[in-house]
Amino acid sequence: MKTDSRLEKVFASGNLAVTSEAGPPRGADPEKVKEKAKHLDGYVDGVNITDNQTAMVRMSSMAASVIVKQMGMDPILQMVARDRNRLAIQADILGAYSLGINTMLCLSGDHPKFGDHPTASGVYDIDSVQMVQCVRKMRDEGKFQGGADITKPPKMFIGAAANPFADPFELRVLRLAKKARAGADFVQTQCIFNLDKFEEYMKMVCDMGLDEQIHVMAGITPMKSAGMAKYMKNKVPGMDVPDEVIKRIEGVPKADQAKEGVTMAVEFIERLKECKGVHGFHIMAIEWEEQVPEIVERAGLYPRPEL
Amino acid sequence: MITAEQKPIEEIIEYIAPYDRILLVGCNECVTVCAAGGRKEVGLLASALHLHSLKQGKTVDIKEITLERQCDPEYVEELVSLIDSADAILSMACGCGVQTIAGRYKDKPVYPAVNTKFMGASESQGIWAERCKGCGDCLLGVTGGVCPVARCSKQLMNGPCGGTSNGQCEISPDTDCAWRLIWERLKALGMEKRYIEVMVAKDWRPAGGGGPRRIVREDLT
Repeated sequence: MKTDSRLEKVFASGNLAVTSEAGPPRGADPEKVKEKAKHLDGYVDGVNITDNQTAMVRMSSMAASVIVKQMGMDPILQMVARDRNRLAIQADILGAYSLGINTMLCLSGDHPKFGDHPTASGVYDIDSVQMVQCVRKMRDEGKFQGGADITKPPKMFIGAAANPFADPFELRVLRLAKKARAGADFVQTQCIFNLDKFEEYMKMVCDMGLDEQIHVMAGITPMKSAGMAKYMKNKVPGMDVPDEVIKRIEGVPKADQAKEGVTMAVEFIERLKECKGVHGFHIMAIEWEEQVPEIVERAGLYPRPEL
Repeated sequence: MITAEQKPIEEIIEYIAPYDRILLVGCNECVTVCAAGGRKEVGLLASALHLHSLKQGKTVDIKEITLERQCDPEYVEELVSLIDSADAILSMACGCGVQTIAGRYKDKPVYPAVNTKFMGASESQGIWAERCKGCGDCLLGVTGGVCPVARCSKQLMNGPCGGTSNGQCEISPDTDCAWRLIWERLKALGMEKRYIEVMVAKDWRPAGGGGPRRIVREDLT
């Protein structure tokens, strides 16, 4: 084992891993973090704590991760290259690890243009691949990015994101290969609605032997309504929502659409369990954390393995 | 070239309001090519300022001159004979020109009439786009002749983010995804293998991270 991460242990045991996420509040109330996280307790192997998601200021990912850790759960610290240079990134990793956080996700971050501080300048000193490389070097070589020795190196299990749907499609697998090569242990994918395309992507992943090098967690998002489905299709960059998905949700009365969305999510998981190279599921129930336990149970992923 | 755009006329008027005699100085280089601060724009701005002062019931004396290169002390010297007859200088050059004048004529206020934008190229008539950030360590040889520093909105060095939509950047449908362009070029050149190499964290010192930059050519000094 490279780390003490629960997620690493689950992958090593051969079980399908399950993660979900909780966005910290836009305020300083720790109870808000606990409220969201408690829905997930016992149903997941890790909870992503987002880092100023959608470029909106929120409670820091590290603080919220510590709160989740204190609840006895396993936070996955998200970190974006948008808000920190390499000094701040490494300082935060040392700090997070010293507080018991052992799993993280390296991301570029949404562009400031889309957030509530559009006048801010993005940092982008290093990119997400270089961040992966840096965290790996800290862990495996005990060295800072700048080359100096670290007295007690942080042992982080390293995650990254993958979007199989943004174009150019052929580059998407190569980008995953690059993240694996840089040292990522696992990736969580963008929300999957186009399963045919995802399976095509995973075939390319396996053909390149990448499934042996990196754990791919399929991203699952339950749709709350036809309106949400249409919004994701038309407004969220890099999202692939086929018309059949929208039609199916539209096909049921409004009051039942959320239920139908959950059923679809469960069906997606059932189908992708059979997909070679998929080692787990990342369930992103956006502002709908209370729905995650039902999805995990109905998809046959509960109880989580005792390790 | 260095591109620029004229500032809003209200801002320029506010700058020069305290003065009766203005020396309006254009530049015959980049700002002429991008139609922001050459001889023609100097004439147009002078007319606009005259018109505005007439409306206010005032007269303002504006002397127009366009130098060959405002960023070159040799040409800025040409202002010597005019400088005493002006209360302030209004420069239509890029920031380099404005500062060359400010450095030479230390007791004369100088104001910029344009906003210096970026190092760019002309895409078509009337359209210029950013192409270079002057990072001091050119990568174009490995990225197929398309710069990720200047043209990727997140300065990503290892491929496109997840926000590419129909080949365009998520920040605007008018902005090409730099990594889509790089990939197309690498494919056309049969250099796809190059993409898989991880580009390591960039040294930003030559890009300005090491403080203001200079070039000293011993053979020319």
